[in-house]
Order: sequence, then structure tokens, then C-alpha cells
Amino acid sequence: MLRAGLGAGAAAFAVAASGRARADDASPPADPDWSQSLGPGVGDRVYGHPSHFEADAIRRTVPWLTASPESSISFTPLQYQQGIITPSGLFFERYHAGRPTVDPAQHRLMIHGMVDRPLLFTMDDIKRFPSESRIHFIECPANGGMEWRAPQLNSLQFTHGMISCAEWTGVKLSTLLQEAGIKPTAKWVLAEGADGAHMARSLPLEKCLDDVLVVYGQNGEALRPEQGYPLRLVVPGWQGNVNIKWVRRLQLGDAPWFTREETSKYTELMKDGKARGFTWPIYAKSVITFPCPEMPVKGPGMYEIRGLAWSGLGKIKQVDVSLDGGVNWVRARLQGPVLPKALTKFTLEWRWDGRPALLQSRAMDETGFVQPTISELRAVRGSNGVYNNNSIQTWQVKPDGSVFNVQLA
Amino acid sequence: MSSLHRLIAAAAMCLPLGVATAAEPPKYGLGTTPTAAQIAGWDIAVRPDGQGLPDGHGSVKDGDELFANNCAACHGTFGEGAGRYPRLAGEGKLTGDRPEQTVQTYWPFATTLFDYINRAMPFPSPHVLPPEQVYAITAYVLNFNGLVDDNFVADRNTLPMVKMPNRDGFIWTDPRPDTHDTACMTNCRAPADVKVAQTAEGKNLTPRTTGPLDTALPQ
Repeated sequence: MLRAGLGAGAAAFAVAASGRARADDASPPADPDWSQSLGPGVGDRVYGHPSHFEADAIRRTVPWLTASPESSISFTPLQYQQGIITPSGLFFERYHAGRPTVDPAQHRLMIHGMVDRPLLFTMDDIKRFPSESRIHFIECPANGGMEWRAPQLNSLQFTHGMISCAEWTGVKLSTLLQEAGIKPTAKWVLAEGADGAHMARSLPLEKCLDDVLVVYGQNGEALRPEQGYPLRLVVPGWQGNVNIKWVRRLQLGDAPWFTREETSKYTELMKDGKARGFTWPIYAKSVITFPCPEMPVKGPGMYEIRGLAWSGLGKIKQVDVSLDGGVNWVRARLQGPVLPKALTKFTLEWRWDGRPALLQSRAMDETGFVQPTISELRAVRGSNGVYNNNSIQTWQVKPDGSVFNVQLA
Repeated sequence: MSSLHRLIAAAAMCLPLGVATAAEPPKYGLGTTPTAAQIAGWDIAVRPDGQGLPDGHGSVKDGDELFANNCAACHGTFGEGAGRYPRLAGEGKLTGDRPEQTVQTYWPFATTLFDYINRAMPFPSPHVLPPEQVYAITAYVLNFNGLVDDNFVADRNTLPMVKMPNRDGFIWTDPRPDTHDTACMTNCRAPADVKVAQTAEGKNLTPRTTGPLDTALPQ
């Protein structure tokens, strides 16, 4: 009856409205179609998704980067990110053997090695421990890795999109390790995934007892399969690959294991032929997300320069923006919350006069570390390192408003 | 598992209980105690000192055929690589532009090779080969990299003894910060020095960033 009544009312309204002006756009005085009709009701979308007008905002890949999609990476569209939280469906993916489908009822986490009591947990067990929610970014250390020799990709998404930020919910790893009882001789923890790569990294026990979480929640719901459902490590501020996804085993020992992912990969070859290993923390970094190559400027006038800054060593203290390629800098406004080891949004009002500009942002974290230029990093490390490129990004704005990824002399 | 091994495993399991008086009792009492067999089944990590290497052995000769059947499609018959899959063999310096980072030139430990092949290979169906076959493939990869001779047999004693050329090529203590900037605000560099040195414009390497996912390779 209610439904029929609504339908009849709508029909009557449509007749009454038929005399009103309609127009191709929704500017006044016209009433557009969506203002003169009923939309779908509740239950039409039992799990919501973005407007179909936002179809460009998707994770994208660089097909020439890797040999196969199962051991590869997709990039978060930072040009569309509003605020500091990355929507779960846009969180960048990095797989070493594809995305496994793990049944939470069958999944187990085993803690063993140098402990008083080896323990085997179900997901129900894990969720009974005291819970904690925190906002942290995760960045692949290869973010910007294609840009060491020269700018290659004319895109914010592809130069910086190996980073995302979420609210994570889980249990402190220290709580689980103390439940097992840590032997005094233990110094290292091997974390291992249930994926086909059995992805494994050695972590110092000190970090594990400091702020590492074993998480089952992401942005208010269960962890996404892409991010390790049903259980992953979050190692705040440290390079992405140590945040082991689909985590199933933690082994305590007195020395690191030197797995393939911490020797052959995720090490940095310096110009003198030596390699750096165990370079875990992400150092301070920032990027302007508007304007950028995907989001050009549309004519002279007022704009808000927007961007994101982050540091794996703590909070962002300040971000400066240059419009002239680093000659002069202006302090940007930090938008709260400013959280440790999380994305921080910054803004700066900008009146563009239509002349060429070289936009840069430069982050400083609470340790006082200041983000370097690519020239400085190359001078110290060379160009073979692949990882940990935290250099200042330069966006060239041309008189027509188009934006290009450039590096300065 | 032999009865002797069962006995050792059982003894190892009892050990924590024997010293429980010295340890903190569990606070939450959650979880169960894994059996020795459960631990052994998942405990696959191998260290450079050989800890974690299983029983068994495998020869270069046996590895030749196993590699051809299980690995060569992606890595080439002699580890030269196929398509964009990783090259395993190759010599040269680690300096200069784009040096080859192979098992011979880069990997610091032979034990890591066993660990990785065992845990993650063959790529489409990982962790299915028995230890004997993993040992044999490890021996063969070391052999075509010129690191062991044709008669080499890999086992838990011989693998840790293989001296890898880049064994001492790594710095395991993070030397950062390795740049030391200050937040200069005005006249930080001469305006005349500010020049665009390189640009991504016109390189045609950037996939499309609008519309459906771009899967095309650049021409």
C-alpha cells in the first residue's frame, strides 16, 4: 500500500511538473531529471560503491614494470585522494605471489622459536586480545624508484602512488609475544605470510615490542584481501614489504634470517658497489597532489595548492612550498590531525598569474630531518639503488596550465 | 619422521614446561600449544649458518633436469632469463650503469637460495618440491653461476660453506640520514641556476590515467 501510494504520488508530481522548464544542464532555473524523479531506494546497494562518475579514480598499473601481474604493484590515485585516509578499494597493492583467498575459519597464527610457550591462535583468539586502532601510512620503498636516473612517468599516480594510509585495528604484537613468553636470548622475529611466496622478513625484536600491530581491521571493516585478509602486520613507518600480509607465522631467534626479500631484493646498491640492507624506516617525504600532471590548472586566478607529507620517524613538523624551483619557500598550512607515521595534508593559497612555475614541496619531520633534492640523493647514492627515493618532486606548470614531471639541474 | 626425531621433538616440546617456573605465566590464556609436527611443517626459514636446513641432499647433475622441467621456462636453461623474468646467472661488476644483480654478483648467502626456492618456487605452484629436489636445483643454480664445481652436492653441511663473491658487499646498519638539509626559506639558490634538466614530457612511457585500466606496453 505504502509503495503504491508513493508511486501514485510520484506520477501525480511528474504530471504537475511537466510544465516546468527542463534543460541540458542543472543550472538554475532548470530542474534536472534527478530532481523530478524518484531515485533507487535503500537496499538497492547493500554494499556501497563510488558514483559511476568517479570511474577514473582507480588503482592503475605500469605494464612494462614487472614480468607478471602476480608479482607486481598497483598505484593509488593520489590525485583523487581527499584527506589523509585512502579508501580501502584504492589502497595500493603489492603481491609477491598474487592475492591468496584465505579462509578466516582455517587461518592460524603460530608463534614459536625462542619463546617459553609456542602458541597457535585462531582468528577468534586474536580478536579476544585487547584491541587498538591507529592511523598509519604504508609505503613501498620502491615508490619513485623509476625516477632515479630521470623523470620517466608524467603522473602523480605513477611517481608517488605506492603509498596509502588507513586506520588499522588489531592487537599489539608485544601483547602476543608476551603471551608466548620471550626468551632472553631472542633478538629477532621472522614474520611469514600464508601466500604462495611465503613472504618472509626478519624484524628486530625491539621494533616488534615498540609499536607493531597484528591487524584484522582496516578503515572500520575487516581487512581487505588485497591488504592481507584476514590478518597482517602493520610495522608503523617502515617500508611496505615488512608489513607482512596474510601473516601466519612468527619465529623468534637470535639472528636475522637474510631471506631473499632482504638480500637480493629490498637492498640498495650504492655507486661504490656496496649495498645497504635493513634500511627499514621511510624518511620524510612530501608531494603536491594539486596541481599535478593529471590535474592541470585551468587559467589564471586563485587556487589552493594541496599535498601530502609523511615520515616514518614520527610526525610532520612543517611543509614548505616553492613556486620557483626552490629559490624561495613559503610555509604551508598543515591540516590536522597531524599524526605520527601517517599521511599529513598540507595546503597553500596560490594566485596563479598564468606564467610558468616550478612547484615543489619540502617536508620536515619532528626529528628535524629535511626532505632532500634528487640531485643530493644521486650525489650520495648514485642511481642504482631503486629504493628509498624520498626526494623533492618538481611539477612544471606551463602557461597553458598543463603540468609536467621534471627534474632540475 | 623417524622415532628418534619424534623423541627429540617431544623432548623439545617438554623443555619449556620444565623451566616454566622462571617464565612469566600467560596473562590471557588464549591459543593452544602447537604440536611438534605442526611447528615442523611450517618452520621453513633457513639462516646463513644452516639453521633450518632439512635432511636430504641434491647434486648438480640431478638439478640440471629438475631446473629444465621446473624453472627454465622463466629463467632460461642456464639462468639467462626469459622475457622479463629474472636472470639468475651473470657476472660483472656492481658499479657503473645498471649492473647485473645476479646470484653470482649480488646474493650474499647460498642458504638464501635454498630458502627462497623452497618457499616461493616454482612461481605458479610454490612449496611443492621435496627437499632433495630443492637441494639439487640450488646446487645447479650455484653451478651455472660458477660458484661450485660439477660434483657439488648440496646439503645442510655444504650449503653454509659456499663462499659467495658478494658475501661482504652489504652494509647491514642503516647509514641514514645521509643528507643533511636545513629548511632555507629565501634566496636558497641562484635563480639563474634553476633550469629544467630533464622532463617526462614526450617520453611516451606513462600509461593512460583516465578511462579503463591501460594494459598496453609502450611502442
